[in-house]
Amino acid sequence: MSTRVVLQQADITRALTRISHEILESNRGTDNLVILGIPTRGVLLGQRIAGIIQGIEPTERQLVGQIDVTMYRDDLASHPTRTSSPTDIPVGGIEGATIVLVDDVLYSGRTIRAALDALADFGRPRAVRLAALIDRGHRELPIRADFIGKNLPSAVSERINVRLQELDGVDEVTIDS
Amino acid sequence: MRHLLSTKNLSRDEAILLLDIAEDMSDTQLREVKKLPTLRGKTVVNLFFEDSTRTRVSFEAAAKRLSADVINFSAKGSSVSKGESLKDTAQTLAAIGADGVIIRHAASGAPQRLAESRWIDAGILNAGDGTHEHPTQALLDAFTMRRRIHGDASRGKDLDGISVAIVGDITHSRVARSNLWLLRTLGAHVTFVAPATLIPFGAAEWPATISYDLDQTLSEGRPDVVMLLRIQAERMDAAFFPNEREYSRWWGLDDERFAAMRSDSIVMHPGPMNRGLEISSTAADSAQSTVLEQVTNGVSVRMAALYMLLAGEREGA
Repeated sequence: MSTRVVLQQADITRALTRISHEILESNRGTDNLVILGIPTRGVLLGQRIAGIIQGIEPTERQLVGQIDVTMYRDDLASHPTRTSSPTDIPVGGIEGATIVLVDDVLYSGRTIRAALDALADFGRPRAVRLAALIDRGHRELPIRADFIGKNLPSAVSERINVRLQELDGVDEVTIDS
Repeated sequence: MRHLLSTKNLSRDEAILLLDIAEDMSDTQLREVKKLPTLRGKTVVNLFFEDSTRTRVSFEAAAKRLSADVINFSAKGSSVSKGESLKDTAQTLAAIGADGVIIRHAASGAPQRLAESRWIDAGILNAGDGTHEHPTQALLDAFTMRRRIHGDASRGKDLDGISVAIVGDITHSRVARSNLWLLRTLGAHVTFVAPATLIPFGAAEWPATISYDLDQTLSEGRPDVVMLLRIQAERMDAAFFPNEREYSRWWGLDDERFAAMRSDSIVMHPGPMNRGLEISSTAADSAQSTVLEQVTNGVSVRMAALYMLLAGEREGA
């Protein structure tokens, strides 16, 4: 097995900065914008994006939260019991908001489907967008990302690891093949 | 986790994981849409051989909030009253396609029998068996204590150093036993307080302090939690104390004893309460009382238990 570093700290920061600008551009500012990270690493990425956006166009409003999708997954029965995480929706809710879901790796699309179901239980957003640090392909559902850090065509047998400072002590994306 | 039969063999990590999942479940119960799709397509049977309202309703609510189909089966008016055995009942439920069975039975060990037999392959959840165990009650009690003590920062925490006095009919109480094992695992210290006639034979071997004097325990121990147990008239087949007034006088949490307690201590009762006997109305309705919180938390904790038993891949049959 060989491990290759695909993104280093500076690459991740540049990608997140670009995504933040793209989000602001497509939303024309921070009005009604809510960023929701998907546990575990999507939450950290969401917080970073919200931090960058606050640096560009400051707002008093809480921009970022997190949404746990464990209870909405369709593959629960084929894995050992998964641990859930807290959900934190910013004050004001999601009714009429433009939501940007943030995940680390976009793969089959099933996590995002679960997140869309979870969102529906909180209200009716005006629009839902998707940001992912890595898009590795192999979609099993008609889902695509609006904001992508890096397209990384991969084989199903390969493993992509996103490591972030807050949890893993280092910022990097590696691929095991 | 395949079955939840007792708290005695629950590890610290398993217990904390279950309580943490219950925290997440509890958050979902504050939403407008309380229902989760998690157990869609699963069938859960409430198999109650003993009367119970709150436990059965709590389990039913928990299963329904997770989108499971719930079949209620009570021994009264069923073929059990015609003499059907536990084995035949279990095989009938297996034939119906039950994924989980929540069982309450007057015989200690009935859930274990069901879990170890080959009669049915479902996840078995003990909802109280004889004088043995009532694990979800202990878990919801621990959850309630943890919330009161640690608040929003409860996740991942145990009950290290907390002192709990459990007062009342220890002999007949499965709640007391389940609480003892779980609270010990979570690092708390348990004192059982009761008249000598209501402390079971062999209790000296338990990892708990035994006290016959409530006033002494309250004044010297200053416990963080005082849990009153119900005096179970239906199990009082012999005279364990002279009369109710005498019990209340010596072992009831009356207004005077309640007033002398630390203002940050917690008063708990698993319900249903005998007001004026083991607990006074002042204590039961005070801000220190968690009686209604316990009921609310019961649904979240049972959702977590059902999730852990039924949602994931089934461990080796």
